[in-house]
Amino acid sequence: MAYSGKVIDHYENPRNVGSLDKDAPNVGTGLVGAPACGDVMKLQIQVSDSGVIEDAKFKTFGCGSAIASSSLATEWIKGMTLEQAMSVRNTQIVQELSLPPVKIHCSVLAEDAIKSAIADYRRKQRGSQAQVGQA
Amino acid sequence: MAPKLPIYMDNHATTRVDPRVLEAMLPYFGEEFGNAASRSHVFGWNAERAVEQAREQVAAAIGASGREIVWTSGATESDNLAIKGAAEFYRDRGNHIITAVTEHKAVLDTCKRLEKSGFEVTYLPVERDGRVNPQAVADALTDRTIVVSIMLANNEVGTINPVAEIGQAVKARGAVFHVDAVQGVGKIPFDVASAHADLVSLSAHKMYGPKGVGALYVRRKPRVRITPIIDGGGHERGMRSGTLNVPGIVGFGKAAEISAAEMAEESKRLLALRERLRLGIEARVTDTVLNGSLEYRLPGSLNMSFAYVEGEALMMALKDVAVSSGSACTSASLEPSYVLRAMGVPVEMAHTSIRFGLGRFNTEEEVDYVIDLVAQKVKKLREMSPLWEMAQSGVDIKSIQWAGQR
Repeated sequence: MAYSGKVIDHYENPRNVGSLDKDAPNVGTGLVGAPACGDVMKLQIQVSDSGVIEDAKFKTFGCGSAIASSSLATEWIKGMTLEQAMSVRNTQIVQELSLPPVKIHCSVLAEDAIKSAIADYRRKQRGSQAQVGQA
Repeated sequence: MAPKLPIYMDNHATTRVDPRVLEAMLPYFGEEFGNAASRSHVFGWNAERAVEQAREQVAAAIGASGREIVWTSGATESDNLAIKGAAEFYRDRGNHIITAVTEHKAVLDTCKRLEKSGFEVTYLPVERDGRVNPQAVADALTDRTIVVSIMLANNEVGTINPVAEIGQAVKARGAVFHVDAVQGVGKIPFDVASAHADLVSLSAHKMYGPKGVGALYVRRKPRVRITPIIDGGGHERGMRSGTLNVPGIVGFGKAAEISAAEMAEESKRLLALRERLRLGIEARVTDTVLNGSLEYRLPGSLNMSFAYVEGEALMMALKDVAVSSGSACTSASLEPSYVLRAMGVPVEMAHTSIRFGLGRFNTEEEVDYVIDLVAQKVKKLREMSPLWEMAQSGVDIKSIQWAGQR
């Protein structure tokens, strides 16, 4: 498959590879995809008190465009508010990376990973508020 | 010394034309341009003589006689002609065809086409090492079986089938036995008599000959008949009309002659290179799985799964090395290799497979370079892999409820 220069750049020099502490209250973790489908993305966000994503990390099992899509996603959402990050669309990733039609699912997975990480963070926040309320 | 890049290790896909083959072909692009079917002048006679010499060379490589060789455009056409031609010709005897799930698409899709016109096809499963069990063939044969098509060696995993035993079972029931021998001929011993083969598909470009030329062996004693699928001038004794590709056929002949003459030595050398590659990778990389059989395997073939690393991503990382993958991401269908799946390779491992195909022009330096590169890149990709991270921290990946699991 002939990839765009941007996919190759993200693949060869992936941004923000790594892991954050998944047990930290201000970290949200999204794990999407399945090994059997050939793609698994783990995307994590660290959120400041003011609701801004101050750090994002990813690890991906998948093809070159899956790795590039998740690398790009972490690059974009760093510095965004949760609301802004929620509005990132897979079509923007497709456009930026010039993904061919057969690779569009990689961008869908990246969008899902962002949303899943945010949902996890929000769930944790609600949980800790509930605990505060009970105390 | 660092080898010259890029390195070609995809010799199951195609092989480079041997310089000796090219040299033999060149005159037939130049002054010896005649049509082998022209009976009235020296141009035609010279072309015909060259074609007949090549026929003998190809026939000799499989223990056949020149009169049993029909030229085609390649193995896909040979497979189509063999199966459709025999099915059509023997239709009054029955309508049942037997093949195996790991056959090449040229065989499987031909069988699917025949199913649409009233034939019944049994697709036999294979053992875990990819071999077809001769007893399974014997059990599947019925009085209505007219054609059995089983490959000599598999293109993806290099597994060699017990064609002699299979052929014996087929002939005991009087069906026509077709062998797609494209990947095996010139690499391992094969002859039509011990295989009990009636029809054999061959391709020039898998044995260091040119693309666009193949052959079908059609047994004469006892005579096997096929109905042609291309009509025209009645070339090739009516079995395959069309002006012959004289330079290609001359190249095929030379390639077959060289492969037969050098097989013993070349297969020893390729086996040593293949084992150097396999053991070299296994010494440097953990969590690999060899796909297919180690015992019944083409000497130049290596197919390995690298757990937790997706095959296409690894191929991209090995960018100066030409290999192929059974990963879904390399196909338009998004389904991983049907051959690996049929062998019982779990789907997540099929996604991580890489096929290395060593050939005549590969060197030890190249193999050592590839071992290094694979070790380095698998390490890098595993550091990026969430599955590797989970496995290292003791999480059982199979216990996770994955979304969208098929």
